[in-house]
Formats: sequence, C-alpha cells, structure tokens
Amino acid sequence: MTTTPGHPHAQSSVRAHGSPPDGISRRRFIGFVVAGATLTVAAEVGGAAPASAAVPSAPQVPELYDLGDLQTHSALPTSQLITITVDDHGLAHFAIPRMEVGQGITTAAAMIIADELSMRVEDVRVTLAPARPELVFNQLTGGSNTMQSMFTPIRVAAAVARGALLEAAATALGATVASLVAKGGVVTAPDGGTRTYAELSGAAASSTTTAVDVELTATSSFDVIGTPRSRIDALDAVTGRKRFTMDLDVPDALPTMVCRPPTLNGSPRSVDNLAAVRALPGVTDVVVVDTGVAVRAETFGQCIDAVRALRVTWDGGPVEGESDDSVLRRLKAAELPMTVPKVPLLAQTVDLRFEFMFRSSAALEPNCAIADVRDDRATVWAGLKAPIVAQRNIAKALGLPIARVAVNVVTGGGSFGHKLFGDAAIEAAKISRAMGKPVKLMWHRADEPRQGRTHPMATSRIRATLLAGEVLTFEQRHTSIKTDFSHGLGERLTAMASELPAGLGNLGLAESIFTLTQELPYDFGVVTQLLGEVDMGFNTGSMRNIYSPDVACANELFIDQLAKKLRKDPLAFRLAFLRNERVKACLRKVAEVGQWGRSMPSGTAQGIAIHSEYKGATAVLVEIDCRPETVNRQVRDAVTGPRVTKAVIAIDAGLVVNPRGLEAQMMGGVSDGIALALTSSNHLQDGHFLEASWDNYFYTRQWNVPLTFECIVMPSDAELPGGAGEAGVAASVAATACAYARATGTVPTRFPVNHGTVSFTPKTFVPPVPPSPTDGLAHTY
Amino acid sequence: MAQHTFRVNGESVTVDVADDVRLLWVLRDVLGITGPKYGCGINVCKACTSHLNGKAFNPCSVQVKDVGPDDEITTIEGLPDTVGADLHPMQEAWLQRDVAQCGYCQPGQIMAAVALVRKVRAEGRAITDDDLDGIRNVCRCGTYTRIREAIRDGAERM
Ligand code: FES
Ligand code: FES
Repeated sequence: MTTTPGHPHAQSSVRAHGSPPDGISRRRFIGFVVAGATLTVAAEVGGAAPASAAVPSAPQVPELYDLGDLQTHSALPTSQLITITVDDHGLAHFAIPRMEVGQGITTAAAMIIADELSMRVEDVRVTLAPARPELVFNQLTGGSNTMQSMFTPIRVAAAVARGALLEAAATALGATVASLVAKGGVVTAPDGGTRTYAELSGAAASSTTTAVDVELTATSSFDVIGTPRSRIDALDAVTGRKRFTMDLDVPDALPTMVCRPPTLNGSPRSVDNLAAVRALPGVTDVVVVDTGVAVRAETFGQCIDAVRALRVTWDGGPVEGESDDSVLRRLKAAELPMTVPKVPLLAQTVDLRFEFMFRSSAALEPNCAIADVRDDRATVWAGLKAPIVAQRNIAKALGLPIARVAVNVVTGGGSFGHKLFGDAAIEAAKISRAMGKPVKLMWHRADEPRQGRTHPMATSRIRATLLAGEVLTFEQRHTSIKTDFSHGLGERLTAMASELPAGLGNLGLAESIFTLTQELPYDFGVVTQLLGEVDMGFNTGSMRNIYSPDVACANELFIDQLAKKLRKDPLAFRLAFLRNERVKACLRKVAEVGQWGRSMPSGTAQGIAIHSEYKGATAVLVEIDCRPETVNRQVRDAVTGPRVTKAVIAIDAGLVVNPRGLEAQMMGGVSDGIALALTSSNHLQDGHFLEASWDNYFYTRQWNVPLTFECIVMPSDAELPGGAGEAGVAASVAATACAYARATGTVPTRFPVNHGTVSFTPKTFVPPVPPSPTDGLAHTY
Repeated sequence: MAQHTFRVNGESVTVDVADDVRLLWVLRDVLGITGPKYGCGINVCKACTSHLNGKAFNPCSVQVKDVGPDDEITTIEGLPDTVGADLHPMQEAWLQRDVAQCGYCQPGQIMAAVALVRKVRAEGRAITDDDLDGIRNVCRCGTYTRIREAIRDGAERM
C-alpha cells in the first residue's frame, strides 16, 4: 500500500485510530490511499497560505517570517506527491525527497513514520528519492529546513497508511477499528486475534486512489519521537558497507579525474602532450573540457599520474593576480554607508570592523559523480542537495530533454553546503559525453580548496552608540563576496514574492536572504543590518549556514565590547538586553552548567555567546587556553595554537525528533565553530588559493578538540521541529572568539585568528596535484 | 603490468596491475573493497587507514610492489574476522556511542583506534588524552568527542 499526505482539514471525520476524542482541527488532514497492489498512501498538506506579515522596525523580519518559512511554504503545494508504501513483509518504504549527508534526516524520518504507524523503527526503510522535477520547490536540502518542512507531510502519509491497515484488520478480525490496538507492526483485536502489517498490506491496498481524512497522534502520545535513537545507517557506517558515490559499481564507469588550471577558474588553451599521456599505463581516454583536461584510467592512481604528466597551456581566470588584500580593499570600498543616526552629543560610539577570510566548504568525501551519457539519454549518480536543478543543468549542458536525464541521489560523505551545487555531476556528464563512455569522476583533494566552492570572504562593520547605560543605535554593514544561490533558493524567493513580508520585494536576492535570516534578538534601539555584495567571479556557496556564523561572531564580540564600556559582565549585559526568552533560557543554562565566572588562571578565559535562527535558539560557553605552553604544544605536523578546553552548548530546536542526532549536530557545529574562529581558512595569493589538502587546511583535529563537551537539549512545547544541522555553528564561533579576546586581552578582528601565518609550504600549482607518496610503510603503528 | 600476490582479509589474492599503483586503488578499483576511503591521497587525512600485518597503515601511500605473499592487509571489512565475531569490540563501541554522522571517515577512524589501543597496550599502559590528541584522522563532520569516548570504551571491550 502507498499513502501520501494532505492539508489541514476543518471538517469532522471518522477518527482512524486512538487519538483523543477532542482532537483539534490542526491535527486533521486529508491524505490519499493510492491505487496499486500494495498499500501506498500520500499526504496532502498545504492549502493554508502563510499569513503575510509587515516588516516591523522591531521585532525583526525573521522573528515573523524567516528563510525556513519560505522553504517550508514553497514546498507545501507539492507535499502530496510524497508517498509511503507498506509491503507484504510489513516494511514501510519512504523515498525522502531530501539528501542525507550525515545530518540524520533518514533516521528522523524513520522515527516519525514508526511513531505514527506504531511499528518498529528497524522496519522502516528510508531511501533518497532521485530528481523529481514535479516536486518543483520540494526537493532542496538546505537551511536546516528538512524537519520543518517534512515533519507534517510524513506524519500525514503514515497516518493514512495506519488507517488503511486498521480498516483491513477490522474486516479480517471481525472487530471495529476503534477497538483495535496497533503496536510493533501487529494489530490486536479485543478477543486476542492478531494480524501483522505484512498480512494486512495486500488487503489494505486499493484499486482506486481514495481521499481519506486522518487525524494525527497528539504530540503528547509520541513514543518514538523525542527518544534518543541511533542512526539507521550506523551499522553500515562502522562495517564499511555504507555506499557512497565512489563505492558504486556502475559498469564501465572507470576512474576519471581532471587536470585543473593553476589559477582559479582558468581554462585550458592547448595540450602539448595528449598522445604521450594517452599512452600512459592504465589510461584509456584524455579529453579537453571547459574546466580542464579529463583523464580516464583503470585506477584513480593512474589518473593522478596522468594529471601530473599533462603539459597544458592555460588561460588565466577571472581573479588572476588577486590576493586577500586586494579583495579586502574591494569589500571595504563596497561597504554601505552607516545612516548616521541623530544621537545626543554626549553619547559614546563604538565602531569596529571584522574580517572573515575565504573558507573551503569541502566535505571529507571530495566532489564526485558517476555519469553514463549516451546519444539520447543520460544517467547520473551523485550526492546532490538540489537534484532538480542539477538535472536541469545537466540536460542543458548535454542538449537533452530533462525527461531523458535520470539523476540518482546518493548519500553524501558530508556536505556543509558544498553539495547544494551539482558541479561534479555536470562536469562528469560533460566528460562522459566527450569520451563516449561512462565515467566515475573524482576531484583530487587538492582541487577542493583550490577550485571548489568557498565560503566568501566578508567584512562586518558595526557601529553603536551608548548613553546612560542604554544602547541607542546598532548599525551593521556586512559586505561579502557574492554568494552563489543558483541552487534553487533564488527561484523560490521569486516564486514566493507575494507571500513575503512587505518591504522585502524591493531587495535583491542576497539582501532578501540576509534579511530573512539575520535576527539580532537584543533591544538595541534603532537597529539596521544591511548586506553589500561584490561579485568577482569566485566559486562560492553556503557553508553550514550562509551569513550567520560571521555575523554572529562580529555581533557577539562587539557586544562584549559594549558590555566592557558599560562596565558590565558579558552574561549580565546579555541578559539585560535580550528580548527573546528562549535565547535567555539557553544562555542561563550554559552559564549554570559551564560555571560562568569561575576564576581561571591568566591566559585562559571563558567566552559566552548566543544565536537565534531556524525558529530556535542556541547559547554556547567555551573555555580557552591561550597560555604559551598550550599554544606551542607540539603534535607532529600539526597546527596546534590556542585550545578550547571546554564547550557547553544549549539548544532549543523546538520539537526534537531525535535528541541523540541533535546532540551530534551540535558537536559538529562546535567543531566547525572552533575551526572558523581559530584555524581554518584559504589564503588567496596571486589568483590562486594556496591550500591543497588537510595538511594545509586546518579544520579542527583531535588536538584542537575540547576535552569537555556538553550539549543540553532544552525542553520545548513547540508543535513542530526547528532547524538543527547548521544551528550549532554561529554561537560556537562567537563564543570562541569572545573567549580568545578575554584570554589574550586583544580583540581579534580577522578570522580565523591564525590567518596571518601561512604555516606550510604551498604545494605546486603545475602540476595541480601532489605526487602520491610511496613511503607509507615507514609510518605504520 | 605485473602480477602481485598478497593477502587481504584472510584470503590470498593476485592482481594484475602496474608495480607503482598505490594499494588504495588496488583495493578499491581492482578488488572492489571500498571500506577504505579516499580523502587526500597523500597520507594526511587517514580516511584510508587499514592494517598491514596488524599495524595501522595508509594504503594511499604504499605501492603494490612493496607487499608480498606473506603480507596480510586487513580492511574494515575484515576487522570482525580478526576476533572471530560479527563485529569487532571497537565497532560495537562505535555503535554504542552512535559515533558516525556521514560515516565517510569512520572506517579509517575505527582501524586507527584499534591500532592505537593495541600499541598502547603493548606499551603496558592506558590510553591518555595525549594519545587521543595524536590521532590524525580528519572527521569533517566533527564527531571527535564521540570518537574519544568510543575509543576508551572500545579499549575496555578489547
Ligand atoms: S587517502 Fe590515505 S591518508 Fe588520506
Ligand atoms: S562522520 Fe563525516 S567525516 Fe567523519
């Protein structure tokens, strides 16, 4: 059987299962039992258009309508197109139109289905749906929005399935539906008779598609949702059975790599030794494509050797000759002016500018994709968070109709925003077409920081005025290298324009997204936060959030300076000015658990910071050790530096589906925050990024990990989940920066703080990838 | 091309591949053993960590000609067999803590953890924070805290 979800329904209906008699209408929905031999159900959610809001001077836009609302509402019209099937083994199947990249959405979806269907989580199979163009705006994984947008549609579909199974059981067991009890995939009648879902699924199937009313279980009677569960793919992950794109065995899709230009986005002009490279051991094909020279070989090792052997003449790219400083100058020149508020003569002013360097958003799994392109069709496998857009772009690149391009979504080895774009999938398709053969394309690690997507360099200038212990004005001018939103978010904004709060219509795309995400939950009088952008041709994208980690870092560091001016403790100052109770509760919690204000040796300090976004709140307290003996601790070939010794994070994420998964996301968020504040960045020099691998790009490693980590999931009476995947980052960067400033007595203004030192010898740009070492046996343990 | 014979996960294998191909590609592209992952190819990310004769090594940095018929390579797929069980105790500890997020680094993390525990045990001492700090495996999802907990737990189970 298959079922799908529907929309909130005001009519009264027969209650299909044991929900309380006075169920409220917002829990009542229409769904469909879809015609077919097995039970398939669909949900219909939507109809209720979001209320239009006016942009108030205060509160801010995201407090009324945020980016998550935009995503959720643009997904609504197609929510009935998602289906759940129960098969004759009693297993529920759901192909989620989102991408699992480690954030735990498949586990959460299985839990939601198991709860509503009264079955075991282990009996729910969640797979990733291929590109489904009919879903329009309902197949984008981003903005920490999956649970927000899918929670109710999944529940409705599951509830329809449950209803159909109970109807079938009532007939089979000769009992009324109301008298039946479903548990663990077994339906029991009052006389003790039982039927399993496996036995019922055939009878529950319908030969016609039928609309049915359902009522969802009351949140108070959840028995799976809200309990800590381990990931449904955990066993596969620890046994090496979990398959990523490069692990798939597609016939004849041989290893393929690209020799890339020495400068960012350069292009190949000519190749001097094509024939010689084609003759190298294992090499089957060498072709020139727009991004470089592609080689296909028996093994990736032989691709690497061939890439290194190629002699290519290159055209420079759009940023030839540019460096960190020249980009910073462009950003400063583009900074929007402050609006110079009229403030009393005696007011004090604080004015600071913070700089955030380029950062690579690459996951551990590099960009990769498999493509099998034939004359009249193409099949692609890749980790894609926006597969519909990728499908369209691939079809365009190949000159094929969209319907002839099948795009399979493969679980990703991390994403952090990197897989929003189909860069590798499109490139693989072009190479497969040029070679006339299937290819398994992998980017070399060196290609990632050098040619891959980065979080754009940005500056954030803040000016505030103070008088008599009050903050009268707070102006922020965030100026960023242009962020690429061509993964579908822009289209959504356009499509939803009429639903957006008044006033947003006049803003450009990036400014709209900035306005929909930035929330400064303090009472600081006149607040203006504006975004300016500079487009220089960099490959950019989101990186576990868009603007917030930088903006929050700037704001919270600045707020510590305001507190200092007013001779107030950072915690007390925040509590006095915060207007959001959920944020305050998180803040009080970390202060209590982390023992804010405890005495610490000089050279070490605590930092505390907050963030609110995704209909939730976070607060982080860290302790940092900046004493020379710690900063200079020796770990072989490692960048050590200041160490965060303790991190405490509190999150209010609304209704929590899986607290164990939420804690994992917070752990990752803190790890990212530490890297962003202290160690990880790309250095732009003479038109190229210097970094080429993990020994150059200093993401948090074990020697940087806090020895104490604690995550507190705040209780919430919210009816819906908020966001989780990105939620932990912003307050973590900010708290680490604040702690660093307090420990060293110097307010850092450039991030990460170690960016000024290039602590490695850059690897060659020609050839673009380093040689494969041969001395591995000298490093065993 | 040349023939190379060595042992993988308890079985002797012979592959026909050029001498200098790194073992990671022999395992993945020739033998279809995909547990060891590529994350850098230059022995810095440790995603490919496997065991050679019981010691942790990185097959991205060893040429196939440098192993012989008596050398035993163990990848994550063969780890449970080394203890004659469905799962190695370290894998159980990983499950207990729900360590994996995307999972891409985890085969390498587990193989590194097992080797570390063996090494420390051979030195007749318990795992310290410094030992854990010295683990080089990158986890871009940031699962480090759970990894530390799982290693201590796994060491007790081993
Ligand atoms: S791939 Fe072997 S250490 Fe990174
Ligand atoms: S779990 Fe994703 S890289 Fe470690």
